[in-house]
Amino acid sequence: MRALNRKLLRDAQSLWAQISAIVLVLGAGVMTLVVSVGTVDALKATQNDFYESMAFGDVFADLKRAPNHLSERLTDIAGVRQIETRIQAPVRLSVEGFSDPITGLVVSVPDGQQPNISRLYLVEGRLPLSNESLGVVISDGFANAHQLHAGDQLSATIQGKMQTLRITGIALSPEFVYQRSPADLFPDHLRYGVLWMNRQSLESLYGSEGAFNQIVMTLQSDASEHAVIDAIDEMLKPYGGRGAYAREQHMSHRFLSEEIKQLNVMGIVLPIIFLGVAAFLLNVLIGRLLSQQSQDIAMLKAFGYSAWDIGWHYSKLTGLIVMLGVVIGTLLGVWSSEAMANLYLDFFRFPSMQVGTGPVLVLEAFAITGTAAFIGTWRAIHRVMRLAPAQAMRPPTPTSFKQGWLEKLGTFKHLSQTQRIIARNLARHRFKATLSVMGIALSGALLLVGSYQFAATDQLLDVQFRLIEKADLRVVFTEPTSQSALRELSQLPGALHVEGFRQVPIRLIHGHQDYLTSVMGMSKSPKLYALLNQERVPVSLPQDGLVLSAYLAETLNLSIGDGVWVEVLEGEQPILQTVVVDTIDDWVGVSAYMNQTALNRWLGEGPVINGAWVLMNEGDADSLFAALWARPRVAGVGVIHLAETQIRAFIRDSILVMMGVLLLMAGGIAFGVIYNNARLSFSERAREMATLRVLGYTRHEVASILVGEIATLTIIAIPIGWLLGALMAQALTQTFSMEIMRIPFIITKQAYALSAFGVVLASLISVLMILPRVWRLDMVMSLKTVE
Amino acid sequence: MTVSVFHTKNLMKVYQVGDREIHALRGIDLDLYPKEFVVMLGASGSGKSTLLNILGGLDTASSGEVCYGDQDLVHASQEILTNYRRHHVGFVFQFYNLISSLTALENVAVVTEIAKDPMPPEEALTLVGLADRMNHFPAQMSGGEQQRVAIARAVAKRPQVLLCDEPTGSLDSETGIKVLETLAKVNRELGTTTVVITHNVVIGKMADRVIRLRDGQVVESHHNEHPCLAGELHW
Repeated sequence: MRALNRKLLRDAQSLWAQISAIVLVLGAGVMTLVVSVGTVDALKATQNDFYESMAFGDVFADLKRAPNHLSERLTDIAGVRQIETRIQAPVRLSVEGFSDPITGLVVSVPDGQQPNISRLYLVEGRLPLSNESLGVVISDGFANAHQLHAGDQLSATIQGKMQTLRITGIALSPEFVYQRSPADLFPDHLRYGVLWMNRQSLESLYGSEGAFNQIVMTLQSDASEHAVIDAIDEMLKPYGGRGAYAREQHMSHRFLSEEIKQLNVMGIVLPIIFLGVAAFLLNVLIGRLLSQQSQDIAMLKAFGYSAWDIGWHYSKLTGLIVMLGVVIGTLLGVWSSEAMANLYLDFFRFPSMQVGTGPVLVLEAFAITGTAAFIGTWRAIHRVMRLAPAQAMRPPTPTSFKQGWLEKLGTFKHLSQTQRIIARNLARHRFKATLSVMGIALSGALLLVGSYQFAATDQLLDVQFRLIEKADLRVVFTEPTSQSALRELSQLPGALHVEGFRQVPIRLIHGHQDYLTSVMGMSKSPKLYALLNQERVPVSLPQDGLVLSAYLAETLNLSIGDGVWVEVLEGEQPILQTVVVDTIDDWVGVSAYMNQTALNRWLGEGPVINGAWVLMNEGDADSLFAALWARPRVAGVGVIHLAETQIRAFIRDSILVMMGVLLLMAGGIAFGVIYNNARLSFSERAREMATLRVLGYTRHEVASILVGEIATLTIIAIPIGWLLGALMAQALTQTFSMEIMRIPFIITKQAYALSAFGVVLASLISVLMILPRVWRLDMVMSLKTVE
Repeated sequence: MTVSVFHTKNLMKVYQVGDREIHALRGIDLDLYPKEFVVMLGASGSGKSTLLNILGGLDTASSGEVCYGDQDLVHASQEILTNYRRHHVGFVFQFYNLISSLTALENVAVVTEIAKDPMPPEEALTLVGLADRMNHFPAQMSGGEQQRVAIARAVAKRPQVLLCDEPTGSLDSETGIKVLETLAKVNRELGTTTVVITHNVVIGKMADRVIRLRDGQVVESHHNEHPCLAGELHW
C-alpha cells in the first residue's frame, strides 16, 4: 500500500470517534433514502403486478339498479374494452364468539367463475361452484382476524334475512387492497369483511333478479377516461347512477397511491435533513483536520506533490466516510425495508410484497451521499489546494484578533480569569464557535424532529375524539328516514342522547378538478359533533353554503367565498352551485358540511336523516347493540372508541415506529456531533492548556476552561436547535399531510425540553469522556508540538 | 568555468503585510555550483529563508532572475514548480516535518513513490545511519533521529540540490553535529549541491563557501580553502 494511503488509514483510525459520528448521520440519511425509495419501488412493483395479473378495472360506477340488458349499451361506449356488471349488497355478519357488530359487503361473481375484471386471488380453497347457492369466498384480512377457513360457516343478514353461509375459499382482490368500511378510516378486519358470492344467489337474496347495481370496466389504451365517464353518467342517470369514477378515485387505490406519494416525499425530506447535517459535519471535520495538518501538507507540496495530489488525498478520506455511510445505511435500509414491507402487508393486502434493493438504488445512494459530502468538503480542500507551499510551510500566521464590542464595553472585567479566557476564546474564534454551535444546534434539532410527533399525534387524537366526535356510536340507516327514528332510538336501553344527520355522496367540481366525497348535513350546532376553527372553538353552521375541510379546499384550489359545483350522487342527482362559506382545520379525513335543512331542500325531500350519533351508557352497550342490530333499517353501527383504538394502532405501528427509529438515530447523532466537537476543541486547545499548566494553573482550572467553553456553546446552541428543529418539523408535517390524516404542527414544551435535555446529556457524557485526557495532559510534549 | 546550478540576478521579494511593504530580498546576485556545500549565514529577518524558499520553488520572486540550470523559476507555472520540486530538490526543515502517523520508512516512501529514479527507502535510511530504526514512528525517535529521517527523505529521490533550513536549529550540539556529518556524507557520496542556512556561525567552517546575508542583501561570500570536518565542530 502506498505510504500516503497508509497515512490516510491512520488518520482515519485516530479520528474514529468523529468519523463514526459522521458515518452514523450519513448512514441515517442513506437508510431513510433506501427505505423510502426501496419501499416505494416495492409497493409500486407489487401493485402493478397485482393489478395486472388480476385485471383491476379502469372505471367504476355504482348505481341504484339497472336492468341487465343495459350492459350491452354500456359496452358500445367508445373506448370501453370490457365491462362487467355485478351486484353489491351491504351485509351484517356474525361470527361465533365475537359479539361486536360486524358489517360487510357482498359482491357478486359470475356463477362458479372468476370475473373477467378484478379477479380474485385465492389464497385458500376455491370459488363457489355454480350451483353452490350459499357458498362464499371471504376476504383474507377478515378470515385472518377471525381464524376462518374454507369449510367454516358464518351468518349473514342480507335485506333483513339471515342466512348461514359456507366458506369455500379465502381471497384477495385488487379492489380491496386497502380494505375498510366506508364509515372507517382504517382497516378493521375484525369488524368489516368482504364476501364474494355467485351472481344468481345474490340476485335472489338481495331481491335484484335481472338487474345490477355496479359496473366495472377496462378501457382501451387510447380511450378518453373523461369521455367514457361522461357517457356512463349520462346512461346511468335514469337508473340512479352515483357517478362513475376512474381508478384514481377508487378508494383502495387512492389510499395506496397516497401512501406511495407520502413515502416519496419522505424519501426526499428526511435524507435532505440527514445528509445536510452530515455535509456540515464533514466540512467541520475536514476543515479542522486540514488546518491541523497544514505542516504535513506544506511538506508534501515542498516535495513535489501537486495541489491535485493533496486534494485527492483528502478527498479519499471523505470517500472512505461516504463508503462506510452508504454501506451501513444500505444494510440498515434493506433490513428495515423488509420490516416496512411486512408492516405494509398488514394495511395493504397483497399476496406478497416484492422486496429487494436494486443495485441502481445503491448507486443512487452513493451518488447523492457523495454529492452531499463533496459539497461539505470542497471548500476546505480547495483552500489547501490553493495554498502556496511556502505559505503553508510557515507556522500559521497568528489570527489577527480585535477586541469585540462586548470586551470594549468592559463586560469581561467582572469575570474571573478562567471565565475571561473562555469568553475571549469564544469571542475571538467566532467562526469556529459558530460552527460548533451550529453542530450542536443541528443535533438538538434532530432530537426535536424525532420527538415532536409523539405529542402531536396525541393531541390530534384528543381533539378528534374529545372535541369533535363526542358520540359513542354512529348509526347508519339503510335509507333516509323521518326524524321520528330519533325518538325511537333515544328510547332504546342505554341511549342517553341522540342526534341525527343526513349524509349524501357528492362530487365537488371546481374548474377542471373534481373530488368524490360526501356532504354531512347536520343541525346548526350539534352537541355530539363539533366543527372547530383554528383556535379549536366550535363554529356553528351557517344557514346556507358549504363548509369544507381546509385540506380539501386546498386540493380543489378553493377559498372562502368561491363558488363550487356540487353534483349530488343520490336521488334526482341535482347539480347545484353553492359557495364555500368557511373552512375548518380538521386532521382526520376530509369532508364537506352543510346545514341539514338546506341539504334536505337541495334534495327536494322533507326533513329526513340517514344516520344518527348516539351517546350511550357504557354499561348498557351490549343490550343497545343488540337492540340496534335487531332493527332491519340499521345498516351499520360504528363504535367511535374502536375507531380511536384503530387510529392509535395505525399511528403506533406506522408513524411512531418510524419516529422512534428517527429519535434513536437523532440521539446517537446528537452524541456523535457533540463528542466530536468536544474532541476537536480539546485537541485545538491542548497546547494552550498545557501552556496554562506550565504557567501554574491547576488541572481543575484548565479543565474548567474546556468545560466552560463547551457549556457556553451548548447553552447558546439549544434555542437555535429549537428553531431549526421547528423548521424541519414543519417541513416534515407538510410531507406527512395526506387525505387520511394530517398530523398537526404542534411542538409541545416537553418536546423542546427533550431536545434540550438530550443535548445537555450528550455534552455531559462527552465532557466526562474527555476529562481524563485533560488530566493526563503532558505539558512538555504539548509544548513541543509544532503548530 | 563550471556551469552554475542556480543563478540569480537582482532578485527581489516584497511582502505586503497590512498596509506595509516588507522588502525581504533587495537584489540578490548569486551563483551556486554543482557539488558545492554552501552555508548561508544571517540573523533572523536577513532574508535567508525567503531566498531558500524561492530557490526551492516554494515561493516566487517579486522581480529579478532566478534560474535553475536553464529553467526560469520566476515565471514558471505552478505545474513546472511542482515538477521541479518533485524531481530536483530535496528539503530539510528545522522541525523535521515528518508525518507523525507514518513510520520512518513510510515517511521516506512518501517521496520515493512519486520520484523518477529514487533509491529504495531502506537505502536512504541506511545512508543516514538509521537502518535499525526503519519501522519506528516519529514519536519513538529522538530529535536527531527524526532529522536524519528527514534527510533520508530529502535525498532518497537523488536530488541535484539539497536545501536545508536550520537543520540543527532545534537540536543540541552533539546531535546537531551528527546531522551535519550526515549532510556532509550525502554531499560527498551523492555529489548533491547542498545549501544550509543557519544563524550558527560555527557551521560555516565546514562549508566550501560561506555567504552572509543582511537585510535582504548578500554582504559577503568567501571560499573556505580548508573546510573542516563536521566532527571537528563544536558550539
